[in-house]
Amino acid sequence: MAIDMTNRLQRPAVPANEGVDQGRSVRAFVPRADIYETAETIVLLADMPGVDEKSVDITLEKNVLTIDAAVEPEVPQGYRLAYAEYTTGNYHRVFTLSDEIDREGIEAAVKNGVLKLTLPKSQKAKARKISVRPEN
Amino acid sequence: MPLQDIYRSRIWDAFREMEQLQSQLNRLLGSGRDSESVDYPPLKVWSSENEALVTAEVPGIEPDNLELSVINQALTIRGSRPPVELKEGERHHRRERGAGEFARTIELPFRVDPERVNAQYKKGILYVNLPRAAQDKPRKISVKAD
Repeated sequence: MAIDMTNRLQRPAVPANEGVDQGRSVRAFVPRADIYETAETIVLLADMPGVDEKSVDITLEKNVLTIDAAVEPEVPQGYRLAYAEYTTGNYHRVFTLSDEIDREGIEAAVKNGVLKLTLPKSQKAKARKISVRPEN
Repeated sequence: MPLQDIYRSRIWDAFREMEQLQSQLNRLLGSGRDSESVDYPPLKVWSSENEALVTAEVPGIEPDNLELSVINQALTIRGSRPPVELKEGERHHRRERGAGEFARTIELPFRVDPERVNAQYKKGILYVNLPRAAQDKPRKISVKAD
């Protein structure tokens, strides 16, 4: 897994829309995602069957988070496809984050085809409790 | 090819045609890969001479929470995915991933040998190998000369 937060140019240009052919035989799908916020972090979960930690690429530029994942088309040897309800393809999705994120502390993991991204809020963005002292 | 098998391959082809038609329709109507009405989990069925391979996209499930059963020609996939539970003070911004229990049965074009079925779960995809039952395989009958 590569988390590249500075240089966007290193990434392949994939301005993918769902279902749009990108000149290759694979399509890019928009993964379904849950996002929730805790006191310290923003957590993003995305369903990406066929993906492991090696095939995900995450970029954070300013507050734009981009998730890309490459999925090899699966063709089990010796079989022919008789019936299909899903299509195998790459994933691409862009999120705009409202809170400021502490870039150094970003954690990403993929388990059972689900990406879990933990984005710690920066000190600035954290809600601060201000104690009011009584006047003497 | 025995008559039965010709008939069976026609069923497969009919499935295929339906699927192609469906995907063309989806493209025309601009719907995405998972429309809500579709059964869960979405499947692919692969066939070889003596086996079928069923693959299913079921991300985020612990293999222990998947249950498979085979009766004659039918494979049933059951499972559950727990919802994301938040603690006090935490809040959702977006909830698109489904949660809960699911069960799905599909009919295969032949009887399966339940003893030899094996399943694997990798990267959120379930793979189920379903060997054809020996007694279901077509038998060649030689005609003896008088």
